Amino acid sequence: MSSNVARRTCLVAAAALGTVLSAVLLAGCNAHPKPEVVFWAFGVEGEQVAKLVPEFERRNPGIRVRVQMIPWNAAHEKLLTAYASNSLPDLFQLGNTWIPEFHMLGALEDLYPMLHASGSLHDSDFFGGIWDTNVIDTALCGIPWYVDTKVLFYRKDLLAAAGFPRAPATWDEWFEVCRRIVRQRIAEYGVFFSVNNEWVPQVLMGIQKGSPLLKDQNMYGDFSGPEFRSAMRTFREFFVQGLAPVRTGQIVNIYQGIAQKSFAMFISGPWSISEFRKRMPPDLQDQWMTAPLPGPEGAPGLSLAGGSSLVMCSSSQRKEEAWKLVKYLAEPEVQIGFYGLSGDLPSRVGAWKSPVLARNQYAGAILEQLQHVVATPKIPEWEQIAQKVRALTELITMEKMTVDEATTELDRAVDLILEKRRWMARHAE
Amino acid sequence: MRNNAAARSAFLFLLPALSAIGVFFIIPVVGALILSFTDFDIYALANWSNARFVGAKNYTDLLADPLFWKALRNTLYFLLVGGPLSIAVSLATALLLQARLVRWKGVFRTALFAPVVTTLVAVAIVWRFVYHPRFGVLNYVLSLAGIGPVDWLGDPDWAMPAIILLAVWKNFGYNMIIFIAGLQNIPQELYEAAKIDGAGRWQQFTAITIPMLAPTTLFISIITMIGYLQLFAEPYVMTQGGPLNSTLSLVLMMYEQGFRWWNMGYSAALAFILFGLILIPSLVQARIGRSAGRV
Repeated sequence: MSSNVARRTCLVAAAALGTVLSAVLLAGCNAHPKPEVVFWAFGVEGEQVAKLVPEFERRNPGIRVRVQMIPWNAAHEKLLTAYASNSLPDLFQLGNTWIPEFHMLGALEDLYPMLHASGSLHDSDFFGGIWDTNVIDTALCGIPWYVDTKVLFYRKDLLAAAGFPRAPATWDEWFEVCRRIVRQRIAEYGVFFSVNNEWVPQVLMGIQKGSPLLKDQNMYGDFSGPEFRSAMRTFREFFVQGLAPVRTGQIVNIYQGIAQKSFAMFISGPWSISEFRKRMPPDLQDQWMTAPLPGPEGAPGLSLAGGSSLVMCSSSQRKEEAWKLVKYLAEPEVQIGFYGLSGDLPSRVGAWKSPVLARNQYAGAILEQLQHVVATPKIPEWEQIAQKVRALTELITMEKMTVDEATTELDRAVDLILEKRRWMARHAE
Repeated sequence: MRNNAAARSAFLFLLPALSAIGVFFIIPVVGALILSFTDFDIYALANWSNARFVGAKNYTDLLADPLFWKALRNTLYFLLVGGPLSIAVSLATALLLQARLVRWKGVFRTALFAPVVTTLVAVAIVWRFVYHPRFGVLNYVLSLAGIGPVDWLGDPDWAMPAIILLAVWKNFGYNMIIFIAGLQNIPQELYEAAKIDGAGRWQQFTAITIPMLAPTTLFISIITMIGYLQLFAEPYVMTQGGPLNSTLSLVLMMYEQGFRWWNMGYSAALAFILFGLILIPSLVQARIGRSAGRV
């Protein structure tokens, strides 16, 4: 008897639960008949961009936006698995070095038709070098969202003590200031390169010397070409002359290093500005500055076109709505708001006139640098190639290989990586 | 005739289980084996016809890849330091819990087993605080002893010991329970006889407890070895393999190659090398166990 009662209670409860659940589901459907744009953004951007959405929804009452935040360190695998399972969102953020890969997969919508039809957005509104990272063959794969590049960070007091009231502009000046700093014991070293985990300075010096890095339509390495070799000979001098530390492992924290006069300069991106503010001791807070990179002939030398773009999934059903969101996020005022929220620098040149950015004394150098940025080779293998560049140039700095040996070996390794690419090109013919 | 019918009905009963094993185990394993002889990569993801058979190239490339050897060294470091430590801690706690003087055994057993059943991700958040170089409990305790602050997860030399500590703390409870079962199976008469013969506590431990626990210990060491060679979640959650690849394990490398860079062929080859790595010592240990059992 009692077990019967219990069973009946269970049934009633289950039925009730079922009714409630279906009611909730139905209510869910009824509440949002509007088209919903799913938007994936990473890390801080994902956290902060959600705050800009209500204004967009207010202006476009017909559209709902669902922002999903993906952690940066899981972003690449998340996007690839989503592609493999055909579940990419309508709109997503893509680091601009990842664009070639997703373009090759056919995952990205060509935005040129929408750009031409819109009339309110023009390629000239953006930094040329950054815009270029989004153009592959004849397709526009994304619209720049925020920008990033590398500049020189330096200690004003140490350079002044070496007789340089401003940052070095040419490579010659760069060497001269390093030599004086070391010789006069102003700091232990002139400059710091994180050769054990970075490829950027080496590649940039090659680019500044005019190396194309890859040749024959990106089918073979061109690191043993004269331009890159000449750049590496110069790079090597920093270490051979004792102007930059060879054993970089002992420097655990670059901000501590520059504060304790281990070195006076290093190359980094805009995120270092907030790190400096956080980590430098108070008495050194007005003693550091940013400058465009020194170039072989004069500043600014070329730097990397970094940052993220907004890209649209080619199989999206909500392209029109997603494009409206892209246009909204590209508005200068919205970008200034986003800069305030996340610290990400605006991709629209017009937004840099805002007093909010003008107040940032470190931004001037970055703005100047952004007019002189280039993209790394636009092929999916670039990341792998860059790692090889790092490993082999590290051997140059340790004098375990000569420049000629290392660059020849580098080309051999790079040609192996690109073998598949050459096979595909033959295959396609 | 009757035998046939019995076999047929037995087969029918086994069919659901067999088909589940076939679909979810045998087919994927064979698929992965085939994959390991191809260069299935991001291009093949775009179009299947871009995958080629490359023979044993993935395997030879792996053996020439310094990152593979780094990951192997890290994994063996974790196994050879973490494994014995984990077994020693579980044996010690099991002995403590079996001691006659201990009260509330059930409470302690549950408390010590709790880390095993908690979610690693939740645990990792707590341990990140414990390991924090400036505000962490661990560095605070060390500072009382006058030991300078250690950047546990940021220093390439200390990251793996930190991972080992976390893994041992997280896993020892499981082996502890098995050891307790093993201890309870040792007949009390042996200890009583030893006491009459005048054996001390340490002699009882080395002459009775250790030999009687040998099968249990063998079982635990095989299980621990298999588990520890597959180190993944701890570094994935705590360090993502860094700093400077000092906590990159074989399985983590496999995951990164496979799902981050989509080098599926390469990643599958790594999986089969790991399979071999686990299989051989397991067979050796099992053989040692069998011959010891005969003696």
